[in-house]
Amino acid sequence: MSPSLRNVLLAGLVLAASACVTINIYFPAAAAEKAADRIIEEVWQLREGANAPAQPAAEGSKP
Amino acid sequence: MKFISFIGAFLLALSLSASAQGNLEIDSPAIGALQRSMQQRHTQLAPLYTSGAVGLAADGTVALRDASLVPLPQRGPVAALIAAENADRGALYREIARANGHPEWEADVRKTFAQRWADRAQAGWWVQKDGSWVKK
Repeated sequence: MSPSLRNVLLAGLVLAASACVTINIYFPAAAAEKAADRIIEEVWQLREGANAPAQPAAEGSKP
Repeated sequence: MKFISFIGAFLLALSLSASAQGNLEIDSPAIGALQRSMQQRHTQLAPLYTSGAVGLAADGTVALRDASLVPLPQRGPVAALIAAENADRGALYREIARANGHPEWEADVRKTFAQRWADRAQAGWWVQKDGSWVKK
């Protein structure tokens, strides 16, 4: 591999890698909202049926 | 040789950025402990939200909105309750940012939570919007 081709490839990789790092540093707002909702549901006990007892068997069921 | 290791680093960065897309890590022991502590405190805070004495502030904390709604002998304990809740909330935002390897995300986590606390507050609770208190 010629030194100049190697330099071009290196520069390309540096550019691509820095782009990836930028994405990685960016705050994942949607994921954070999901995480917040999970914690809020837990703290405020919002989940429907989370504490409700299991439904009893249907009364009209045949023996 | 240097070139090969660079490709390795590149692939690692690629896989890291891919893994960061899906979910935020919230299952650390510290986060779990804060969550349980806040859940237990909520039974004491809920009547204060309902009465309007305490509201959900725009910065992701809780705040004494109207002290006159709290009987005089209760004001000390209520202030302590608010302080304890805000300490937990601050630690929660910090721990979530840290558990995900980005301590600098703390302010963003706080902002996201402030929005979600307000959105999910029950009807009749007070939330702070643009600096003023609004009853939901």
